[in-house]
Amino acid sequence: MPDTLVALYVFVLACFIGYFVIWGVTPALHTPLVALTNAISGIVIVGALLVTGAEEAGSAAEIMGFFAVLLASINVFGGFLVTNRMLAMFKKKKK
Amino acid sequence: MELSANAQALAYLVSAILFIFALKGLTHPSSARRGNFLGMIGMAIAIVATLAGKEVQSYGFIIAGVVAGALIGGVLAARVQMTAMPQLVAALHSFVGMAAVLVAIGTFLNHRAAGTLNPVLMGELSAGIVIGAITFTGSVVAFGKLQGLISGAPARFAGQHALNAVIGVLTVALAVHFAMTGSMTSLVVMTLLAFLIGLTLIIPIGGADMPVIISMLNSYSGWAAAATGFTLHNNLLIIVGALVGFSGAILSFIMCRAMNRSILNVVFGGFGSDSGGEQSAGAVAADKGVNSASVEDAIYWMEDANRVIIIPGYGMAVAQAQHALKEMMELLEERNVEVKFAIHPVAGRMPGHMNVLLAEADIPYDHVLEMDEINPEFASTDVALVVGANDVVNPAAKSDSSSPIYGMPILEAGKARHVYFLKRSMRPGYAGVDNLLFYQDNVSLIFGDAKDTIEGMVVALKGGGH
Repeated sequence: MPDTLVALYVFVLACFIGYFVIWGVTPALHTPLVALTNAISGIVIVGALLVTGAEEAGSAAEIMGFFAVLLASINVFGGFLVTNRMLAMFKKKKK
Repeated sequence: MELSANAQALAYLVSAILFIFALKGLTHPSSARRGNFLGMIGMAIAIVATLAGKEVQSYGFIIAGVVAGALIGGVLAARVQMTAMPQLVAALHSFVGMAAVLVAIGTFLNHRAAGTLNPVLMGELSAGIVIGAITFTGSVVAFGKLQGLISGAPARFAGQHALNAVIGVLTVALAVHFAMTGSMTSLVVMTLLAFLIGLTLIIPIGGADMPVIISMLNSYSGWAAAATGFTLHNNLLIIVGALVGFSGAILSFIMCRAMNRSILNVVFGGFGSDSGGEQSAGAVAADKGVNSASVEDAIYWMEDANRVIIIPGYGMAVAQAQHALKEMMELLEERNVEVKFAIHPVAGRMPGHMNVLLAEADIPYDHVLEMDEINPEFASTDVALVVGANDVVNPAAKSDSSSPIYGMPILEAGKARHVYFLKRSMRPGYAGVDNLLFYQDNVSLIFGDAKDTIEGMVVALKGGGH
């Protein structure tokens, strides 16, 4: 099976996982859900690292890669930290 | 200590599993923080495995980018006000979009330098660039609207859809040309046109539809990550992209359902732009006048009530009234009044916005109920207090088929024995429709700033009975 088809298999099956997992999320946590998905979509940082660190990367690719790394890390750090900050506020009634 | 490709692939698999558990954690507030923590570990594993792999040969730019990004992200996360969460989220979406564009162009440059370009790769690159670019400019516009830099009113002009269609077709044609020939000119023009599509796609959408727009752009940012995964043949990016893409898509669906509108209607509809037409039931009711009440009137019914339900809307966030509400809740509970909060799915500017604001004010989450849970309780409720909400309690959604919000599920506040609306003025809600509830006999309006009014109620409750 060619690589692109394998990728398609992975993609479609992951869509099903997404569908079932996300429907289980409680509506009360929809804002943290958006923030958390923000953080994990910072996974494009992996792509940014591969572009920036590649042996054949010229200076144009390196500069583009640098900005991609920068933006994706803002997502990763900002996303996880703000999600944590929000979730810490959700408390049950004490007593 | 270079990581082999197989070891790297296994590390990515672990990371993907951790992300799935992270999302699964959000099933309940009690498991959510652990979930978020698992997500952080997953991300750390993915980054370390990538850096340790054989593809990454130089680290200077990478370290600089990560350090700067961590600082900026950390400061943003620590400083942002909870009312401004939608803006932060829109900004973060735009970053993912831009990062995807940069990664795709960088990948193109690297493959060209190595002489390994092929049509399939360039087709995938085009998809990554187009989705990323639309996500970027779309999110920038959404940010501008939320921040008040751009008018929230739906902006439309004749031939808008035709223009979008032409740009869309041109973009696809350029993508095909680029994939076949590797032409740099096609690549650049295609990228610019995709940026333009994001702009023309989101500019016309009204401020009332922000919860849908935020969800939709959330979804796009996921698809952008997935497209990047296809270009790099990286399964982790594909999996994460699909998870995020579906998350945003499901949220968009939930938001649209809560407004009884289709996603196409939101994207191409321009809500709240209709002004008038035939005489609706709302206009008839307007002639009947409204009851206005004082803080004392409301307190009189609330302090001896069995149950009070508070319905917060975006107006509560603007007035920052949530902390005063918490104090009022405690004073009422001391008098054995049951206090609950009712949340409509589209209350606020993003999904779940109200829940976060109430949590910030230390209101326990088991007091905060969703529409379907709380609606049966209104009939046996003494007082419903509407704080800065409007369209979500408007019975026109049920009774007036000429109303633009007809068919939208609402919180049935009107069934409570007494209903008090805290309002600044008689201005209609975001949808631009008059609220029929104002004219019902059991409903009164208390005019003024929501925070001042609630603080007045707190003082009255502390002052003892009547």
